[in-house]
Amino acid sequence: MTDTSSIRGDGQTWVAPLNGALRRVPVWPLYVIGAAWGGWLFWLAATGGLGVEPIEALEHRYGQLSLQLLVAGLAVTPLRKLLGINLMKFRRAIGVLTFFFLLAHFLVWAVLDVQTASAIWADILKRPYVTIGMAGFLMLIPLGLTSNNWSVRKLGGAAWRKLHKLVYPAAVLGALHFVWLAKGFQIEPLIYLGIIVGLLAIRFWPALGFGRR
Amino acid sequence: MAYRYNSDLTRDDVTPREVYLNRRQIMMGSGAMLGAGLIGGAAHAQAVAQTGGAWDLTLNSLEEITTYNNFYEFGTGKDDPARYARALTTAPWEIVIDGMVDNPGTYSFDQIMEGMTVEERIYRLRCVERWSMVVPWNGFELADLLNRVGVQEGAQYVAFETAMRPEEMPGLAYPIIDWPYREGLRLDEAMHPLTILATGIYGEAMPNQNGAPIRLVVPWKYGYKSIKSIVRITLTDEQPRTAWNTYSTQEYGFYSNVNPNRDHPRWSQAEERRIGGGLFASRIPTLMFNGYEDEVASLYAGMDLNEFH
Repeated sequence: MTDTSSIRGDGQTWVAPLNGALRRVPVWPLYVIGAAWGGWLFWLAATGGLGVEPIEALEHRYGQLSLQLLVAGLAVTPLRKLLGINLMKFRRAIGVLTFFFLLAHFLVWAVLDVQTASAIWADILKRPYVTIGMAGFLMLIPLGLTSNNWSVRKLGGAAWRKLHKLVYPAAVLGALHFVWLAKGFQIEPLIYLGIIVGLLAIRFWPALGFGRR
Repeated sequence: MAYRYNSDLTRDDVTPREVYLNRRQIMMGSGAMLGAGLIGGAAHAQAVAQTGGAWDLTLNSLEEITTYNNFYEFGTGKDDPARYARALTTAPWEIVIDGMVDNPGTYSFDQIMEGMTVEERIYRLRCVERWSMVVPWNGFELADLLNRVGVQEGAQYVAFETAMRPEEMPGLAYPIIDWPYREGLRLDEAMHPLTILATGIYGEAMPNQNGAPIRLVVPWKYGYKSIKSIVRITLTDEQPRTAWNTYSTQEYGFYSNVNPNRDHPRWSQAEERRIGGGLFASRIPTLMFNGYEDEVASLYAGMDLNEFH
């Protein structure tokens, strides 16, 4: 769908060699590194490596990693269109890991932090920052489940792409979730929100000249 | 010289730790019994010992107390104070005491400590964020200091201020709250025997991240009321502005008494997690007035604790 004239990085001499190098990097190590990183953090938390309040620390680390990977996944298309850097083949792995860490974040929250089913339910219903976090998580479940070739074939490319647009509202909800739970006026969550809104604006703002067509 | 009042005394010279702990545990057990109404004191104390509930007064370690802190002047991360608070110059230290007092003035730390009896107080600390610790503070009753400077007729509140030194406190670069950090108590709360100014933990000088050299400790209120590194104490007849109440009146009331029946707008306050339980620690029920109901409930007789939260 992209004609080369819309790719602004064409003239950059370093882009072609970079893309060449990226083509030779296999994708599978990303899954291994991601899974190992999640397990390593859990082990650290269980053995005192994340400080004296490991439940909160682990919950925050998983949530933050998920948000960072979400940003990385949303940056793939703008990077290609703005600079011509092609990370397309890594995008599924980034998305699957986003979901992996989000699931881990949810499980630490539900099982280790809140602990009882009734309290989990009460929090989801009564606490807006939990409600929107939960909404974002629910939106990403079908995306996680269909991140495989079989699903793409089964759904057809158009329907699959349409479904995966759910990542846009989910990303905004994830950032708002982070902003909302902060105590006092804190900069860091607002930076995440700003980056995510910025990345979405690049996609959807026709004035920027590389919106969807 | 600071800490001359406790430098040659340890907790073991006053009361053997185990005895002291047990005594407190039994006291708290009976207090909770009155609250619960029906449960027998001995049976309750036993249940507490077994479940390790909020009545459990097993001390948190110095490592726990000094590595997990909220002191936003040094950053909002729990480990930021431990990392950055060493830059705080705590000697010399001065406190301005002004407002409706007979002897206003600027007092050095040593002058403040003159004639004060430093004793150990083992208190529960309940943070508004739903975690708690048990801390062996060393300090003296705020009432002793207020009586010495002479509270004038008509004074009804005590206002406190934390040091504001941008060159030593990196967190001040961010408008997290409206600096400087301010807190306040009603005069009867300030004069209550449980209310202390603490100058140490575990018999050692107050660590910087815990509010050196001198901080307030009000154990029946959420932790943020216990203002750190105090540089000003003002007696006044008006309810003072306080930092978190100014940030959000809805979320952080002036009183901020620990109350499991009134939720923070964004989370429940019915339970808490004691620091030190590891990755699989259970939540424990939060106690009314953080377990000091017998001692302080009368201060609020007839008040709607939901309205005056």
